[in-house]
Amino acid sequence: MSDDRFFARARRNGGFVLGAILVAALIAAAALSLVWTPYPPAAIDVPHKLLEPSFAHWLGTDSLGHDVVSQLLAGARISILVGIIAVGIGLVFGVALGLVAASVGGVVEDVIMNLCDFTFAFPALLLAIMLTAVLGAGVVNAILAIGVANVPIFAKVTRALGNGVLARDYAMAARAAGKGPVAIALEHVLPNVAPALIVQATIQFAIAILAEAALSYLGLGAQPPQASWGRMLSDAQQFMFLAPRLAVFPGVAIAMAVLGLNLLGDGLRDLLDPRLRARR
Amino acid sequence: MLFIRLEMAGASPAMTMDLNWTPTDEMGLYLFQRFILLLATLAFASIVVFGVLEILPGNAAQVMLGASATPETVAALAHKLGLDQGVIVRYAAWIGGVLRGDFGLSYAYDSPIGPLIAERLAVSAPLALLAMLITTAVALAAGVFAAQRRGKSGDVAVMAASQIGLAVPNFWFAILLVLVFAVHWRLAPSGGFPGWEAGLGRALGALILPALALGLVQAAVLTRVTRSALLDVLNEDFIRTARAKGLSRRATLWRHALPNALTPILTIMGLQFANLIAGAIVVEYVFTLPGLGRLVFQSIANRDLLVVEDCVMLLVAIVIGVNFFVDIACAAIDPRLRRRAA
Repeated sequence: MSDDRFFARARRNGGFVLGAILVAALIAAAALSLVWTPYPPAAIDVPHKLLEPSFAHWLGTDSLGHDVVSQLLAGARISILVGIIAVGIGLVFGVALGLVAASVGGVVEDVIMNLCDFTFAFPALLLAIMLTAVLGAGVVNAILAIGVANVPIFAKVTRALGNGVLARDYAMAARAAGKGPVAIALEHVLPNVAPALIVQATIQFAIAILAEAALSYLGLGAQPPQASWGRMLSDAQQFMFLAPRLAVFPGVAIAMAVLGLNLLGDGLRDLLDPRLRARR
Repeated sequence: MLFIRLEMAGASPAMTMDLNWTPTDEMGLYLFQRFILLLATLAFASIVVFGVLEILPGNAAQVMLGASATPETVAALAHKLGLDQGVIVRYAAWIGGVLRGDFGLSYAYDSPIGPLIAERLAVSAPLALLAMLITTAVALAAGVFAAQRRGKSGDVAVMAASQIGLAVPNFWFAILLVLVFAVHWRLAPSGGFPGWEAGLGRALGALILPALALGLVQAAVLTRVTRSALLDVLNEDFIRTARAKGLSRRATLWRHALPNALTPILTIMGLQFANLIAGAIVVEYVFTLPGLGRLVFQSIANRDLLVVEDCVMLLVAIVIGVNFFVDIACAAIDPRLRRRAA
């Protein structure tokens, strides 16, 4: 498919367009926070705490006088950071395991796939809570835990689709021509499972943002003075009677980011491979 | 064979046909294989849970007492906890105790862990059941509704709502429910649990918002699964045949379509149970419910590691057990699944 036709079809896909806009906004917010925020996100200004939205503070201030807009912008950064690294960990190890399972087959495949099934019994969040209990709370450990939970998901997708590719004529022909299993996996299987992996990565990115928010809300993820949407919500909850609005903004930010990524993922699935058409 | 391939929803299995099977011993064989897998999974899970807390940097007794403890008190606690014994001895003592119903002693509460967990389960188990009930009722109704109106405005509305449900974190939804129903309208308590002795009405009243927060958000995924499973079945020839022979739309749906769409729905429900358990931990935190999740947190804060170990093991065992029963139920409904494993 030529690029022109891809974009022509993409423009007609409403969900994809909305998702792309939301994700672009998320990235823009994070990028903007690197160079400019209305106030320093971590600046404590107790005399100006719990202010109503005004021209000086567009969305008001929180219980310590933090500017809410500045915190929201800086929070986007943590969300993206966690998403990229956690999905990266899942992709690198998951795809490797999936390729090995599909290429080698037999007992190795059974062992890898049973291990993957087994990890599904471990709720990812419970795994994260346990890891942070052992290693200590913090963003790095939260990312590690979310990343580990991503590995079996990418392994399953890669192996299931990889087996399909290996059964195709061109993969057989490559084998007959004397190509080794590693070369076949990298030259034939990987490019053919890549579209599905991109779609899955988008969705896991959204799940990673949700998980980071939950862990930070519980006090196991981002630590003060790091701005994080989840942590903003846990602070806001203590002042729910005084300033209920504080409990609204970070949640909207999380929901918009996740909605954007999910729509983008569904849209990409439709555009990249009609055979994978949205099933979720 | 120890490793039996467990096909999950969505993966396309290589169907192996065994030509001389008989229905009865097929189900028996499946049950046996699945049971062995259950035991193996549980054993493996216990090793992982034990192992994760075992790789704890430093001495567990030191971690529990904090940096200021003297070496003598650390050694004394280490001896009391049996930490001066080998890894295998400790694992055997722990798992042997759990199997006998003896969960050990809580360091922070200085009481047996078994009754402690039972007390918390009296909150967490009803919460999980209530949430699952809400999820199932909402998702089946919305999924069937949407599938019957494919592409029409009702379908679009349900799919849009479920897309929002996928994006909203359950703990934020919980906070919003508190804002609306507890802070604004003062219809329900904003948190806490009066205990079952305060009366069924008040106890359930304290659980209804948490259960809604958990159940409604979970329903988003299940609605989509229900809809797509039903759409798959509705495209089958036997549905057209049923309609052609004069069966009403409603009768076709209930007698032919839904039973055939049931296995993917059940499978996803089983997988969702793991999310539900994890979600319950967070939602209990929002509502300050004295459930199992709260016990885990308090124990982490208290460095009461044996309690954490027991709670996590129990939660994982529940998830594994639920998925075992889901697989059995699916095999009972759909004979093709039995043949696949056998």
